[in-house]
Amino acid sequence: MRYVDEFRNERVAKAYAEAIRRTTTRPWTIMEVCGGQTHTIVKFGIESLLPEAITLIHGPGCPVCVTPLEMIDKAIAIASRKDVLFTSFGDMLRVPGSHTDLLTVKAQGGDIRMVYSPLDAVRLARENPSRQVVFFAVGFETTAPANAMAVFQAKRFGLSNFSILCAHVLVPPAIEAILSSAESRVQGFLSAGHVCTVMGYEEYLPLAETYRIPIVVTGFEPVDILQGVYMIVRQLEEGRWEVENQYRRSVRREGNLPARKLLAEVFEVSHRKWRGIGEIPCSGYRLSTKYAAYDAEQRFDMTGGESEESPLCIAGLVLQGLKKPHECPAFGTHCTPERPLGAPMVSSEGACAAYYHFARGIRTTRQAAGVE
Amino acid sequence: MGRIDHTQVVTPVRSCAEDSEESPGCPLPVNEYQAVLLAHGGGGRLTQQLVRHLFLSQFQNEHLNRLHDGAVLPVSASRLAFTTDSYVVNPIVFAGGDIGKLAVNGTVNDLAMCGARPCYLSAAFIIEEGLPMDELRRIACSMQDAARHAGVHVVTGDTKVVDRGKGDKLFITTSGIGLIDSGVDIHPSRLRPGDKIILSGPIGQHGIAILSAREGLEFESQIESDTAPLGELVMRMLEACKNVHVLRDPTRGGVATTLNEIAAQAKLGLVIDEERIPVPDEVRGACEILGLDPLYVANEGKLLAGVPTADCALVLDAMRADPQGRDATVIGEVTADHPGMVLMKTRIGGMRVVDLLSGEQLPRIC
Repeated sequence: MRYVDEFRNERVAKAYAEAIRRTTTRPWTIMEVCGGQTHTIVKFGIESLLPEAITLIHGPGCPVCVTPLEMIDKAIAIASRKDVLFTSFGDMLRVPGSHTDLLTVKAQGGDIRMVYSPLDAVRLARENPSRQVVFFAVGFETTAPANAMAVFQAKRFGLSNFSILCAHVLVPPAIEAILSSAESRVQGFLSAGHVCTVMGYEEYLPLAETYRIPIVVTGFEPVDILQGVYMIVRQLEEGRWEVENQYRRSVRREGNLPARKLLAEVFEVSHRKWRGIGEIPCSGYRLSTKYAAYDAEQRFDMTGGESEESPLCIAGLVLQGLKKPHECPAFGTHCTPERPLGAPMVSSEGACAAYYHFARGIRTTRQAAGVE
Repeated sequence: MGRIDHTQVVTPVRSCAEDSEESPGCPLPVNEYQAVLLAHGGGGRLTQQLVRHLFLSQFQNEHLNRLHDGAVLPVSASRLAFTTDSYVVNPIVFAGGDIGKLAVNGTVNDLAMCGARPCYLSAAFIIEEGLPMDELRRIACSMQDAARHAGVHVVTGDTKVVDRGKGDKLFITTSGIGLIDSGVDIHPSRLRPGDKIILSGPIGQHGIAILSAREGLEFESQIESDTAPLGELVMRMLEACKNVHVLRDPTRGGVATTLNEIAAQAKLGLVIDEERIPVPDEVRGACEILGLDPLYVANEGKLLAGVPTADCALVLDAMRADPQGRDATVIGEVTADHPGMVLMKTRIGGMRVVDLLSGEQLPRIC
């Protein structure tokens, strides 16, 4: 398979792993921002190839994990309504709200459908004119253009029964929030390649300069990740802090201009609360005034509201890289993938779930890979 | 088990495959009803018509034809394998098969995984009121084709009709009996460190075929379910070497889940090699797009075997001589290290744990 197999080549991957080992002279802590990268790291056993001096921290780039609890509760309240056909990407369905989750609402009779594209939700709205079709619009800059297109199309078709529950978040403000925290241990960032495919990487230049931290725009295949780590380690060892682009086959400096134009048309930047982290200024999207009629929060009178997180859950510290998942007292005891207290235990991209499945074997896998 | 109380079966059965699309291949006109009514499950004349015209005419064999409350079966083995499974797949027709074919092959394969020669099946149908008669007829035909292909007889059965909305078109439960030869003993507890793990062919086709049909996903080339009977393949393996230690078909939960079950029951570790696990390009493509892992996608015509190293070549040769085992290959081996855990050497030379999922695999956002 083109553009896949080349980037899963064992010889190339091992060459990068070896180069990282040769270059590394002391411990470095690197955060991969995006959940898709976390997924690759876990799925391909990349940590088993790295020297122990390199610590990877799984950052807040899992949209499932950072969507705030009150947003999940609102989704559940809307999806429970008899007049609503609620649509969502698959992995949001299992995220626990305060009392229940969307899969349970579905089992109790809620009309909840998993879709693969927000445009499917628009189609459902056209096919079901007597029902209110709501799409749960979550994700980073990556999913935002398709979700914007759904709203754009709904307006063009004149659909009055379509709306989105908008929980979009943005990457650069989150990176800044982590860097400006006094406790941050992160020394370099693998930035999310697909976010930058849409937005470009100009936003990252001032961050690298201000916080004197190397940022490498990185792809999602194993060789991408290893090359990204290598580029970060080289900058760290040489005392540089630049924005470099590993993912050149997809990312241009200015990003995807038509997509950005659509985003600017449909959305506007707003403050946004992140699950476990709290409110980060200018870190999300809401619908612009022109498209406000498609806001499910307005339509179903769901604005405001606060939900209490489990006091046991330290998801916020984990998402900021301040604690490792297994340092949480609830990890694997009160909190498991079957009964998650916080979202990072739910998604396959979530740091806690990744650790739950993976960390218990990390020593075994390192030994088996011949790293130790 | 309800009885099939009919007095005669008249017409010889033709294969569905022999018939054109216009004539679905059933020898008798069912009746004037275009769809199944509640009355078809009422036990009266309509039930008789349904059973006789639609099911008996298809499945007829000497045991079923006696039309007793249950089938009386001759058995020539000291050990039997007995299994049951319900089929609720949605949609009931998909690329490469339908619920009927699946209901036969699935139960046949469960018997085969016990090292048994599959012989007899029961079939219980729960039909939702309103199911088009043609659709039901086609599925009964397809079951009979699958049964003939697998060398088994449907010897007893039952039909029930439920109110519209109380079912999902059609549910089928099949139970099966198979005979086990002496000297055959299949169980994970027989695995030993050093045993080889064999996979009979490429994975992921059934799960992706169902997903594509259910969600209306369109890929460049259509992916067909791999549903197939494995009885013959297993018989060939056991003829070559009775000392096969484990057999399992990686259905729901896929290869990853089945390997975990084997490791847990054997109290041994497994190490597999991602590079050696065949995944068809179209399955890989679909999984990449949807964010699914083919290791967890269902198969309906594949098996995993654990065999002693000394017998491995013999078993592989026997498998490759069978159409269902043409692409059989060794994907890993058993180790005394990390008992209960499955590790995989990844494509790039890393190692990872292949764990159980907590629920169904859900497509990822990005």
